Amino acid sequence: MNNDTIVSIATGLNNSGISIIRMSGDNAFNIINQIYRFPKNNKNILDRESHTINYGFIMEENKIIDEVMLSIFKAPKTYTRENIVEINCHGGIIVTKKILEIILNHGARLAEPGEFTKRAFLNGRIDLSQAEAVMDIIHSKNEIALKNSVNHLKGELKDVIRSMRNTIIKDIAFIEAALDDPEHISLDGFKETLLENIKSLERKIKKLILESSNGRIIKEGIKTIIVGKPNAGKSSLLNILAGSDRAIVTDIAGTTRDALEENISIDGMSLNIIDTAGIRETSDIIEKLGVDKAMKYIAEGDLIIYVVDSSEPLDENDYKIMDLIKEKKVIILLNKTDLKNHININEIKNKLNSEMIMFSVKEKLGLSKLYDIINKMFYQGVLNLDEEIYITNERHKESLKKALESLKLVKNSVEANMPEDFYSIDLTDVYENLGNILGERLEEDVINVIFSEFCMGK
Amino acid sequence: MSFIYEEYDVVVVGAGHAGCEASLACARLSLKTLLLTMSIESIAMMPCNPNIGGTSKGHLVREIDALGGEMGRNIDKTFIQTKMLNKSKGPAVHSLRAQADKKSYSNEMRKVLESTENLTIKEAEVVEIITDNNSVKAVKTYSNMVIPCKAIILSTGTYLNSRCLYGEVINNTGPSGMHPSKYLTDSLRSLGIEMFRFKTGTPARIDKRTIDFKKMEEQLGDKEIIPFSFENLDKDFYKEQISCWLTYTNEKTHEIIRENLHRSPMFSGVIEGTGARYCPSIEDKVARFADKDRHQVFIEPEGIDSNEMYISGMSSSLPEEVQYGMYRTVVGLEKAQIVRNAYAIEYDCINPNQLKPSLEFKLIEGLFSGGQFNGSSGYEEAAAQGLIAGINAAMKIFDKEALILDRSQAYIGVLIDDLVTKDTHEPYRMMTSRAEYRLILRQDNADLRLTKKGYEVGLIAEERYTSLLEKEKNINKEITRLEKVTIGATKNVQELLSSLKSTKLNTGTNLSELIRRPELNYESLASIDPNRPKLNKDVIEQVNINIKYEGYIKRQLNQVEQFKKLENKKIPSEIDYSKIQSLRIEAKQKLEEVRPVSIGQASRISGVSPADISVLLVYLYQNGTNNRREDDTNDYRE
Repeated sequence: MNNDTIVSIATGLNNSGISIIRMSGDNAFNIINQIYRFPKNNKNILDRESHTINYGFIMEENKIIDEVMLSIFKAPKTYTRENIVEINCHGGIIVTKKILEIILNHGARLAEPGEFTKRAFLNGRIDLSQAEAVMDIIHSKNEIALKNSVNHLKGELKDVIRSMRNTIIKDIAFIEAALDDPEHISLDGFKETLLENIKSLERKIKKLILESSNGRIIKEGIKTIIVGKPNAGKSSLLNILAGSDRAIVTDIAGTTRDALEENISIDGMSLNIIDTAGIRETSDIIEKLGVDKAMKYIAEGDLIIYVVDSSEPLDENDYKIMDLIKEKKVIILLNKTDLKNHININEIKNKLNSEMIMFSVKEKLGLSKLYDIINKMFYQGVLNLDEEIYITNERHKESLKKALESLKLVKNSVEANMPEDFYSIDLTDVYENLGNILGERLEEDVINVIFSEFCMGK
Repeated sequence: MSFIYEEYDVVVVGAGHAGCEASLACARLSLKTLLLTMSIESIAMMPCNPNIGGTSKGHLVREIDALGGEMGRNIDKTFIQTKMLNKSKGPAVHSLRAQADKKSYSNEMRKVLESTENLTIKEAEVVEIITDNNSVKAVKTYSNMVIPCKAIILSTGTYLNSRCLYGEVINNTGPSGMHPSKYLTDSLRSLGIEMFRFKTGTPARIDKRTIDFKKMEEQLGDKEIIPFSFENLDKDFYKEQISCWLTYTNEKTHEIIRENLHRSPMFSGVIEGTGARYCPSIEDKVARFADKDRHQVFIEPEGIDSNEMYISGMSSSLPEEVQYGMYRTVVGLEKAQIVRNAYAIEYDCINPNQLKPSLEFKLIEGLFSGGQFNGSSGYEEAAAQGLIAGINAAMKIFDKEALILDRSQAYIGVLIDDLVTKDTHEPYRMMTSRAEYRLILRQDNADLRLTKKGYEVGLIAEERYTSLLEKEKNINKEITRLEKVTIGATKNVQELLSSLKSTKLNTGTNLSELIRRPELNYESLASIDPNRPKLNKDVIEQVNINIKYEGYIKRQLNQVEQFKKLENKKIPSEIDYSKIQSLRIEAKQKLEEVRPVSIGQASRISGVSPADISVLLVYLYQNGTNNRREDDTNDYRE
């Protein structure tokens, strides 16, 4: 073993009561021996048993820096399969940073994002699918994604995929066995069994794919697009929602040239909010680009917030917008309700079958109702998270789609009455594609994914 | 005192199917070759089944032929019945099998050897391999003769320390009572070579006159005779064919076997060697398929001039009197007289993981091996390895690159890759299921796959190569033409289609589209394709298969492409696995033992998991083998 020793603050740098600093590598114990002292100053950390917690002090030049609880985990039964030390120290930015600095001065190196997991993977402690789930946790932006990632980790997805692969490999093996030993293994009636298996696999894979679009929503946040004609109050809405002044707010029409993006959390649900430039016919080239982009965002959006300026009558721009978004999930915000109403609400209701909220950006009116509706739409209406397994990874989703296509080809072969030896080609593709998800099959691109996910050698 | 004989380029030890191909290949490549055998009579002997080819083995014979080997030509001269198996299945699993006249097979091969320039045949028992600095120098015979040479090919078959057993009887002989080779194993061990002990078996031979064929089903040969050798494809091959016969075991047979199972040396523990699951004795079958009330028994002639009939499916090592009882329960064998008893044979062979894919020992330069000595079973498997070992011994002497076929190029590639990579715990038998890419590894296209390689090596003559190129051209030309021939919904066409039970046309189409329909093929559409050129049968076959199964072939080629990516990721030969700290100990040991040449081969080693492979990839990646920058790899560098 010759891994260098890495360290990081595991709890995030904030003013909490306790912070945890984690260190992993061959030298972890040597380093800690130099900077840690037992109360009676007579013990060596190396003599302590693995998986014990010890009371003592972090020292620097005979001075006590902090009173800590020290957990030690000896290789190989640890998360990274290396020696691990965890220091529970007193929270607070200054103390935590100080201890980290001492450790760094003693030869450890600051860990890269996800490096503990990288080591766990490289040392064979976890497989690719588990490693990816951990990466998802690190990158996940909200609580539900977190829960989902934890599910992956427990290997529920793995069990589902594995059982599908088992069915397929048994079918392949049966065909192959019958080809090599026709005397003892007969293929009579096999086509019917195979078709049944294919149908059931198709159902399972389709379900996983269907749910995977939800999966994307959970991981990246609900892609929420704010649209509306110029000066309807879109940027101000984003500002309120995001609680920052990132969007430029101005009364001059058309100054938001490009889309602005903000990620915010409402009740544990992550919204990826995108403010678009005003959609309207324009000859201004710069603004035209913004408009094109807006249309693209609408197509990709999970939720559209349509901001209507209720102080002005509906115009061509509004009709055009309504036309663009009529197939989407839309929440209509009637903005500027602090001013005199100049629009016919029924006209909008006829065009869009959506929830409508009386709103005022200026007076911050209707904000909690907006939150409630978003919450209702996604928690109760669309997502049902109880004990379901989701595919949250694009690579996995691609593999599922390919598996489904190959299943169709097998079905075609059976229905076209092709000899059984032809089935194995496409069945093998199904098997391998599902194997990709588990990391039980290695292809070039999988390797590339590993490298990019772990920010290796960038 | 030893006697130093003249020097040879290559010495081949053993004149079975591997040794014949190996020595022919070397001699034909102009190397001074010496073929040593314990007995001249045993050249190309068939000590077990009297046939060549069969499921997946037929593929091997065709590949041997395409590379310039002899087996295909030799069986074409000496077959007494021929059959294309699995014709109801797809073209990938069609397999040619021919019953051989054993004596003529052996004689004809001997004639070929004896008339080959640069090839000397000599009767001698090799007792020692003499090396210097891990490189071969000479062989030494029992009579103390030392023959200096540049390369040695070991193809000792089942002769090393062999013993034949049935019941309590143990004969310390090779197959059919031949003299065993008793000293070579020790010499190999002292060179550091790891030896295995395997077993195989053969059924009884029964006097033809004591068999009641009227009670059996006759098995005729095919009316249309298809030769093995591509050289013979256009020749007229009419020959009177001899029948085989089918009968079955029954409950009574099984009862006798079960009652006496404890007397079989296999079950009593006398036999130390490991037998093949895929070539089981009748005892094994009865024990393993307990729910089957009968097993097939094929009665096959050993030759035209022989009274002996081979009882295929009933190999055994039960005691003599039990054999009599057992065989005589089979319908038609009630009065059977046994000419030769069934027996099991055990013998020394090597752990083939010690070989490179070129079939050269990793440990000893210039030492090659092939056949049952490498842990395989079967004449065809042996011949295939013999040919490759011969070619590569020659390439070594010429200082040229070895011929290594991968799993997507040939069954031979699958065979050798499996042997040198996977754990072999029993005699290795070729099977269709072992070939992942079998739709492109068909027996019908072996020439298109491999003749070019045979030509490059120097075993295929200019003329044969040119005619292959011509064939290739004709196939492609015809495929292109068929895509362009438009077919309208004319009265002629509709009548033909309905007579062939095919749906009538609504609009025009082209001929390729029609050929793709399962109920139609190239030949059945001849009448609506008046401008068809005159083409050879083998060209038509390729055109038909390539059009009909285009989609499947394409998808298989995609799989091959994926396979090649990992195959092309080479592992540097000097890699030190002990230094890759995150590899599991088991994986380290396995990788160290096999020392794979590519990531692809590494991934096929039993005991090496995908996680180990990714660790290995990461290691290679970080050590710059994939053109990585140097400065970002220090973390994991030693």
